[in-house]
Amino acid sequence: MNEGPEITIVAGRSEAHYWRDLWRYRELLGFLAWRDVKVRYKQAVLGAGWAVIQPLVQTMLLTFVFGKLAKMPNGTIPYPLLVLAGLLPWQLFASAFSGAGGSLVSNSNLISKVYFPRLIVPLSSLAVAVVDMMIPLALTLPFAAVYGVFPTWRLLVLPVFILGALVIAFGAGLWITALTVQYRDFRFIAPFILQIGIFITPVGFRTDNLPRWQTILSLNPLTGMIQGFRWCILGGGMELSEQSLLMSCGAGLLLVITGLWYFRGTERRFADII
Amino acid sequence: MESPAISVESLSKRYMLGHVRHDTLRDQLAHRTRGLLKALGGRGGSLATEEFWALRDVNFSVAPGEVLGVIGRNGAGKSTLLKILSRITEPTHGTIRIRGRVSSLLEVGTGFHPELTGRDNIFLNGAILGMPRDEIRRKFDAIVAFAEVEQFIDTPVKRYSSGMYIRLAFAVAAHMEPEILIVDEVLAVGDAAFQQKCLGKMSEASRSGRTILFVSHNINAVRSLTTRCLYLKRGHLEFAGPTAEAIDLYTRNLRSDRTASSGQHATIVRAALVDAAGMETPTFPGGDHAFVRMMVETDGNPLASVEATLTDLSGTALGLYSPGHFSGWRLPAKPGLYEVTLKIRMPHLATGNYGFDLCTTLHGSGPDHYLADGLVFASESRVNHPAPWELRKEYNAGHFVLDEGVPSVTPIPGPAGDHTP
Repeated sequence: MNEGPEITIVAGRSEAHYWRDLWRYRELLGFLAWRDVKVRYKQAVLGAGWAVIQPLVQTMLLTFVFGKLAKMPNGTIPYPLLVLAGLLPWQLFASAFSGAGGSLVSNSNLISKVYFPRLIVPLSSLAVAVVDMMIPLALTLPFAAVYGVFPTWRLLVLPVFILGALVIAFGAGLWITALTVQYRDFRFIAPFILQIGIFITPVGFRTDNLPRWQTILSLNPLTGMIQGFRWCILGGGMELSEQSLLMSCGAGLLLVITGLWYFRGTERRFADII
Repeated sequence: MESPAISVESLSKRYMLGHVRHDTLRDQLAHRTRGLLKALGGRGGSLATEEFWALRDVNFSVAPGEVLGVIGRNGAGKSTLLKILSRITEPTHGTIRIRGRVSSLLEVGTGFHPELTGRDNIFLNGAILGMPRDEIRRKFDAIVAFAEVEQFIDTPVKRYSSGMYIRLAFAVAAHMEPEILIVDEVLAVGDAAFQQKCLGKMSEASRSGRTILFVSHNINAVRSLTTRCLYLKRGHLEFAGPTAEAIDLYTRNLRSDRTASSGQHATIVRAALVDAAGMETPTFPGGDHAFVRMMVETDGNPLASVEATLTDLSGTALGLYSPGHFSGWRLPAKPGLYEVTLKIRMPHLATGNYGFDLCTTLHGSGPDHYLADGLVFASESRVNHPAPWELRKEYNAGHFVLDEGVPSVTPIPGPAGDHTP
């Protein structure tokens, strides 16, 4: 057996070990992610079926509301396809955000009993969101083919936007999860944000045909990511707006940095107040 | 000299209590607003905060391979100390140096997920306890064998019996091989067999040269397993040194540590354990009478009575003496100070330390003045035996001897082995 590490605990100074510890506990990160994914698909009777049914129903509804009732412009792209390609990043964000947001409280039994860098908990919850997205993503491509839209080289850029959406969700999730430990109100605030979000985010409509609203809409960090998804999946007929992309990256970074700052600041008290 | 496995310098831990915790945003907003109004009103506006020092300026060190006991009453800071050492919570002041991997038997089963199979949970739990994946894989078969769950290893643990569940959880923890082991018997689940297993694991670990911190209310276990002890009292390190001295100090303190409060109608002013001759005594042999002499001040309430509860040192109630309930007895209905002596026939208690919790009660409305941990005594059972029976320590066979009689035997007529009428 190897000599164990020497640990020094000094009041108010845990910084030094933190990032080293995070690396040391990377296996735990993997195990927790694996647990979340496994449990999620084990408990539901329909299993992966939900990951298909949910976006299909939402696509039909949003197509009806925005495409048929509101008659929003769709350019050259079939409306259902437009909605589906917008729903993918939105679902990714929503599931990562609510997963990370509730992660500390749902793992409180771990937090009050063992030590590990707490950041692992919200990080591991992102895995479920990614796995959840893979199934509808795999369905989107044949769906698009039916409408005569075939994947191009642009699809290879998609991981960049997946990562982008995850970063934004993670930053926002860090805030929510740390706040939830302290104020249980935030358990209700997170779903509220998602309910509003689906309407102020261009999930059911496209922005490049709405010059008047484009600037305001691009204030939403997700707008850039959704445009990115559509640009990757739907091929020609979609433009990337630099403004939205820059906003997305900037807001995403800001959320993660401030989120980390707040999370780290309150982390040392989690075990005492959870 | 070898450098210590654990060294703790001026360790303090403060908790904020009561009014400062605002769990909902509304509370917090209301609190802030009140503070603001107060400040505007010029009344200083210092917000009421109640501090509680769970640990205050604690210093000690543990040599590698040492088995150190930690004793103290509930709330003395034992659990807080362990939590800080296992890095669950941070100290408010002070420095701690720890050499080696720390694991504690209070983590048994942490992170077990009911939906996952035994196999999955071993890996998950191992990772949570800080075991690298290779190490878990290497020890996997040993863990499964130790837990005796081979057949069910691919069954979700929600279908396990509670015994299997505990065994599996314990098996993982027992294969941790940390350099420093923390055993918190106080928090361990009440299952006696399980506690026994903890103790077994502990002496095994100490034989292989590990450093152990042992927290227990079981004075006998502390006495037999440790040579040095920390005695914590209200967050302070009251004593650190030889186990015998620490235990002596602890039990003496328990005896004199009376609750200062009083009852609304009847108050126990003083209480002592005495023998038949009226002399104070720290021991009662089994099967004899125990006498509790107390001074009680009553306001003359006609429903007032007294009760005594026999407890072991962890505070578990073992028996009740209630003259009010059993015999309709009451304190005199005339206000005044009385000396009341309880005469209690003791069972043959398993050798060890016990206590009486005393209280005055009002019939039908429960305790009036409650004195816990006040009276501690030792007892021995020597039923037809020169040496005391070590009922609990050696046989794990309960708290008292049931009956000293012998069975009666009557022959059944008829040829041996032939039971036909």
